[in-house]
Amino acid sequence: MKYLHLIWAALFRRKVRTFLTLASIVAAFLLFGLLDGIRTSFADLGRNADGAQRLQTASKLSFIETLPLSLLPRISAIDNVEAVTHANWFGGAYQDPKNQLFTFAVASNYLELHPEIEVDPAQLEAWKRTRTGMLVGETMMKRFDWEVGQRIPLQSTIYPNSDGSLDWAFDIVGVLKAKDGASAGFTEALILMHYDYFEESTPYVDGDVGWYVSRVSDVRRSDAVAKAIDALSANSPHETKTMSEQAAMASQLKQMADIGLIVGSIMGAVFFTLLLLTGNTMAQAVRERTSELAVLKTIGFSSTSVLAMVLAESMLMVVIGGVLGLGLAAVIGKAATAGSGGLVNLPPVGLESWMLGLGLMLAIGLLVGALPALRAMRLNIVDALAGR
Amino acid sequence: MNTLKSFLRGGALVLLLVAFLAAWIVLPWPALLALALAFALWMLCTRSGRQAASVTAVGVSTLGQRLGSSSVVIIGIAGVVGVLVALLAMAEGYRHTVSSSGDEETAIVLRGGSSAELMSVLGRDAITAIERAPEIARDADGRPLASPELVVAANLPVRGGGADEDGSVQLRGVGDMAWAVRPGVRLVEGRRFEPGKRELVVGKGARRQFVGLDPGAELRLGNQPWTVVGVFESGDAMESEIWADAEVVATTYRRGSSRASVFARLADASAFNAFKATLDADPRLQVDAQTTLAYFRGQSEGVSKVLRIIGIVVGSIMAIGAVFGALNTMFASVASRAREIATLRAIGFRGMPVVVAVMLETMLLAALGGMLGGVLAWLVFNGYTASTLAGGVAQLTFEFKVSPELLWQGLKWALAIGFIGGLFPALRAATMPVTDALRAA
Repeated sequence: MKYLHLIWAALFRRKVRTFLTLASIVAAFLLFGLLDGIRTSFADLGRNADGAQRLQTASKLSFIETLPLSLLPRISAIDNVEAVTHANWFGGAYQDPKNQLFTFAVASNYLELHPEIEVDPAQLEAWKRTRTGMLVGETMMKRFDWEVGQRIPLQSTIYPNSDGSLDWAFDIVGVLKAKDGASAGFTEALILMHYDYFEESTPYVDGDVGWYVSRVSDVRRSDAVAKAIDALSANSPHETKTMSEQAAMASQLKQMADIGLIVGSIMGAVFFTLLLLTGNTMAQAVRERTSELAVLKTIGFSSTSVLAMVLAESMLMVVIGGVLGLGLAAVIGKAATAGSGGLVNLPPVGLESWMLGLGLMLAIGLLVGALPALRAMRLNIVDALAGR
Repeated sequence: MNTLKSFLRGGALVLLLVAFLAAWIVLPWPALLALALAFALWMLCTRSGRQAASVTAVGVSTLGQRLGSSSVVIIGIAGVVGVLVALLAMAEGYRHTVSSSGDEETAIVLRGGSSAELMSVLGRDAITAIERAPEIARDADGRPLASPELVVAANLPVRGGGADEDGSVQLRGVGDMAWAVRPGVRLVEGRRFEPGKRELVVGKGARRQFVGLDPGAELRLGNQPWTVVGVFESGDAMESEIWADAEVVATTYRRGSSRASVFARLADASAFNAFKATLDADPRLQVDAQTTLAYFRGQSEGVSKVLRIIGIVVGSIMAIGAVFGALNTMFASVASRAREIATLRAIGFRGMPVVVAVMLETMLLAALGGMLGGVLAWLVFNGYTASTLAGGVAQLTFEFKVSPELLWQGLKWALAIGFIGGLFPALRAATMPVTDALRAA
């Protein structure tokens, strides 16, 4: 630690070069922060404590098949199941059929099973009283400039209304907010309406529901519950498949894209390039200082402490750049999310990303410093001072 | 006075840089070619041009001695271009696969307000009315080339996934007109399904994506056993689907006589407006007609736009990193040749040739890097198959497409990075005080 000022001085010996190298490192870690944030937020979907308790039951045949409402009491009767709710995909769109929104027609106890969604109790009561009421996520409210109390025309891209047209109208009675930041991207884009109103109005859904969500009291026995639910409808025309919420999300996302693989390969290319770049800088820096290092050794610094100093210098450089880059990623992510009104949703840089990033910084610092540091350690004082 | 001067110079430099980048992005390649030719003429025909050429030749011939640091520029830029081209190739491949499923001579009719086939429902009456439209082409027997089709989603086990892992596939119920409407679909193995039987013909992409879709195999869809009897290829989005007899699909999925869409081959592309007008004028119909080109282009628009934006954002951030890397290397290179450059200027070479020489050298390295990155991306990713959940509905397999335009775009990026990375070191080289540089190490 007592050599810190020495290392610092060596690092900023050539200011322009150090700043240019730092800028490259900042760019690399900015990219890392943004991409890893996206990766972890995808991996974390449904992994919250509330999600672990929930099981999703959908048709085994495909996501467009529905399930009979008669399963509801039978699922509720299963041991270890605390509560059951259900939802239907409404397929709502606003103004243009291409403008698809996350609209679910749900049972009135849906929010009781989803405590991570926050609604003002008075608004929740109002929703339960209003047949045509809907609860709208905060992001959607901002995106379309809606206000509580407005009546909003929505088109369903699938279900006709009682008059045969695809036009529906709902009253906004409340706003959905996420309790914590992690699930905000999904929760605050959600729109919930009443299943009862939906089911009575459309001729297509004859007492059928899209999927069931059940909460188990003992998470350790949730596998047994999933099996018991699926056994209810085995060999019937409505066979079901029950998964934990997290597993369901993961399988959906995996079909979308292998995010981990894409992020991994981009970052591989980025860090390989970075390694080369900073390695070159460090080699240059040590080559330039050959005689200074020799002087250090002459006045009594041991070979190992010279090695340690060069390594520390390269690690310090990468860590400074990396921390700046990750910090920048946090700021930019927040700004982009706020500035775009929810159209772009960049997750905040989480603890996991910071830890992984710090580990990477130290590793890269060690790697790029290794060769120059070895060179510095093996330096022959006489040759170096003579400039040979 | 001096600070004002340097301030003005800095401002002018930034303006020049911005102008260059704007021109670089906007100009099409013929204009750039003309620019390059003019530059080459300048080098050949004027005195300072010839000076620049000779200084460049010296710089380039000594590149070998600075192999380590020069390769940093090359590989750094190759990394940027490789990632950029790969990401854009993904967007391009997706767009190409989906939009080539349609053309201007085929129309698709959906229920009004439905944005995709899976959400659309057309009754028997509507279908009959659509088929009567006079703009639809007829086959040799005088039957309209119109194919009412039913689309449902089905879950199948994914290849390479866990034991319990299902993916979604589109099952399309078709009649015999489907083959006539889509001349691009070819059977590559086995035979077509027989009407009335639970037989399937699977697309090549679907076969690659899911387990157990080989000819002769039995599988369960919609709780019924089916047999795979053939494989087809079409080179577009249809390849990710499974086809069966429409009647059988309708019975299995309890759809009665309704269908999701009608594909109609028109007499020619100009007949589309008349066809749409005919359908709009019919009071029995509440439908939307689009050319299949417009329909499939609309389906691919969102995803390929997102992919392109991701590619450009990631590429830009990497490019910024690479610019600093190039700056670093070229500053070091100029510093190590300070004496050489100062000597040139002492014996009468002007600043301009020196600037041009350093810039050209950097841009040469950048071009090498751009080509290396482009070639790598092409070798690794051209034809690489990926799949995604198209429109949240069903698995769509597509191939990355590294097109010449993308390679050209990558090269343009590389040269832009080289330009910025070379400009400042070049100016430093040209403005170094000659006496100081000659005295230095």
